[in-house]
Amino acid sequence: MKNIKGIIAVVAIVMLSGFATMKSGYKIGDIATDFKLENIDGKMVSLSDYKDAKGFIVIFTCNTCPYSVAYEDRIIALDKKYASKGYPVIAIMPNNTEVQPRDNMEAMKERAKRKGFTFPYLKDEGQKISPQYGATKTPEVYVLQKTNKGNEVKYIGAIDDNYQDATAVESKYVENAVDALLSGQPIKESQTRAIGCSIKL
Amino acid sequence: MDFYFYSMRTLCLLILILTASCKEENRKNETKVDIEHNEDYSTVPLEIYDFEGLKPFLKTNTDKIYVVNFWATWCAPCIKELPYFEDLNSTYRDKNVEVLLVSLDFPKKYDSHLKPFIKKNNLNSKVVALDDNDSNSWIPAIHPDWSGAIPATLIFNKDKRQFYERTFTYEELEAEVKQFLN
Repeated sequence: MKNIKGIIAVVAIVMLSGFATMKSGYKIGDIATDFKLENIDGKMVSLSDYKDAKGFIVIFTCNTCPYSVAYEDRIIALDKKYASKGYPVIAIMPNNTEVQPRDNMEAMKERAKRKGFTFPYLKDEGQKISPQYGATKTPEVYVLQKTNKGNEVKYIGAIDDNYQDATAVESKYVENAVDALLSGQPIKESQTRAIGCSIKL
Repeated sequence: MDFYFYSMRTLCLLILILTASCKEENRKNETKVDIEHNEDYSTVPLEIYDFEGLKPFLKTNTDKIYVVNFWATWCAPCIKELPYFEDLNSTYRDKNVEVLLVSLDFPKKYDSHLKPFIKKNNLNSKVVALDDNDSNSWIPAIHPDWSGAIPATLIFNKDKRQFYERTFTYEELEAEVKQFLN
């Protein structure tokens, strides 16, 4: 059984590597798809559930990536600061748990409980959502703004410019983007890049 | 009495098998990055650069072909493909191919994870560490297509450059390098 799982994992990795060159995903201004994903409390969560939200801070993150772990406290801080202002954090765990078992639902629940996540932590079952968004790694943020057309992508990228040391951050990319949206100003840096763990499809 | 003896023996045997398989299980879960606290690896030499310092490694005027792999000890797919880069380095050294392994491990993990990994796996390729927080600047400078996910690999000579945000098998890696050899 173990071996079969191993073989499936290897096949998945090989297929993933083959498809990696086919770049797709959202650009700034695109309308992001809604989803219906299982939360750590067993309930299904969709963006459309949030009637009063002005937008969302969608973060692809997981338990096992050291970069994600380094950002956990800052993700919680983002939700605490912006949920009440209409931009809640929605965290999505995009990895295939066959490939990365330590990201399974039980592990997600445990991590969320231990860290005191104040936001939904959803499992992208079947890896349907991250490829549509074009997310390739954890952590990766999509700031969406609710419009008449749907949830418009306003920012794609990193949380800030220092993964190692939260106290040495110079540019808080996500905060700057959401602040700009809240005050009706243009976003100065709408796309940034950071190192992350490749999403295990 | 006989029955008791045999059942005890079976029980012992069963326990033995169970513990053995448990051990096996544990070993499987361990990666090569395990830490031995009783050994000091801090003396293992390691060159550390910021992006300005790394830049000279990313271009050449010579006839050499460079294969630069961005990895980290915590990145499972990177560790999986690392032996292929090592094999490539030893097999193609006399054909003017050189492998450079650029580690993106966190600086606080250099002594506890990276250096032990280099030592225990006897890495023959040159390893350097990139410590530069301004990834938003250097990721697109290394290649515009790079999202920042690792593993990522750059192959170049003085005339051309190819970037790959993907994993490789040895055969795939060799095929890419051969394109540069012709």
